[in-house]
Amino acid sequence: MSAVRGEWPLWEVFVRGKRGLNHVHVGSLHAADAEMAVRNARDVYTRRNEGVSIWVVKASDVTASSPDEKDPLFAPAGDKVYRHPTFYDVPADVPHM
Amino acid sequence: MTQVQDEQELQAQFDAVVARHDRIEPRDWMPEGYRKTLVRQIAQHAHSEIIGMQPEGNWVTRAPSLRRKATLLAKVQDEAGHGLYLYSACETLGVSRAELTELLIEGKQKYSSIFNYPTLSYADVGTIGWLVDGAAIANQVPLCRTSYGPYGRAMIRICKEESFHQRQGFELLMTMMRGTDAQRAMVQESVDRFWWPALMMFGPPDDASPNTAQSMAWGIKRDTNDELRQKFVDMTVPQAERLGVTLPDPAIAWNEDRGHYDFGEPDWEEFAAVVRGEGPCNAQRIAHRRRAHEDGAWVREAASAFAAQQSAQQSAQQQEVSA
Repeated sequence: MSAVRGEWPLWEVFVRGKRGLNHVHVGSLHAADAEMAVRNARDVYTRRNEGVSIWVVKASDVTASSPDEKDPLFAPAGDKVYRHPTFYDVPADVPHM
Repeated sequence: MTQVQDEQELQAQFDAVVARHDRIEPRDWMPEGYRKTLVRQIAQHAHSEIIGMQPEGNWVTRAPSLRRKATLLAKVQDEAGHGLYLYSACETLGVSRAELTELLIEGKQKYSSIFNYPTLSYADVGTIGWLVDGAAIANQVPLCRTSYGPYGRAMIRICKEESFHQRQGFELLMTMMRGTDAQRAMVQESVDRFWWPALMMFGPPDDASPNTAQSMAWGIKRDTNDELRQKFVDMTVPQAERLGVTLPDPAIAWNEDRGHYDFGEPDWEEFAAVVRGEGPCNAQRIAHRRRAHEDGAWVREAASAFAAQQSAQQSAQQQEVSA
């Protein structure tokens, strides 16, 4: 069997649900090239008007951080509570704040 | 700044994620048994969707109206989509699509035994929607909360679409029940054939299901086979009454004490035989899938060759421009 020879690359699919929203990752699929990936993505992921725009990206082109929750990559944000509005005390009777 | 963590620590982290009902994601460390169980279960699930196109696809050209044909086509196309969502989820565990297809057509991985029963009349299209997709929904809704992220996300998409499948089936049967005596008899005959196989879709009884406890501990399964079967019976009996069909089990009766319907025991010998490959359509389903795969080989190869040629031309043009 020439199974491996016929194996198409994997593409990650992102769909914009409607205007004004970000493209969101919805899943992946196999296709021989980018154009076929877009067509297949339409049939696999938007059969019920789930989107107005599709992006496809070769899975092998994605660079990811480590998935570990203790990843030091995210440590810098961990102790900066002063970046959140709730860190600041403002009297309850100050309007519009 | 990488720390060398021993397996115990990784196991403890994994257990903590599962214990707080959080999700495991593809690049997380996971016990080998967890990965293997998921590959087996998701692959079996994906294969079921793909093989599940055959019994109903059988009726596409003979649907009685354009409306019914469009519905059936849409439903069969959904099954293909569901298979693809699930294959993608399975591939995140490190198996390839080609491998999975090979395992299916070599008979080394299973699919749901329900699809080894034939669709002998058009009423079967309705019965499959009502009972088979109904049972699938009962099975799948709790799987939306399964501990493996990609599997749960695939299940959420699938469950949204399954509800159309069940409703179109029930509506089809209701329409036939409002028809002639012959049409009503057709519905009853179809329900008689599919009721017990539908109950078997939940798998063997809990005391004969050795993997259930481990799967529940890992958060892969959320309910036992018998719990889900009971839930399905409780939902379906009133629907059968509303439809005006008799479920082929004289033991079905409301049990006030339990707050559930009692029902009889499926023929587990038959179930085991169908799982072993001795059902009425096992050989036919696999042969058809194999033929479709092999007949499509030249298309896959031609598309790959075209893509390679296009990208070669593109890079040649880019070189010319930059030269």
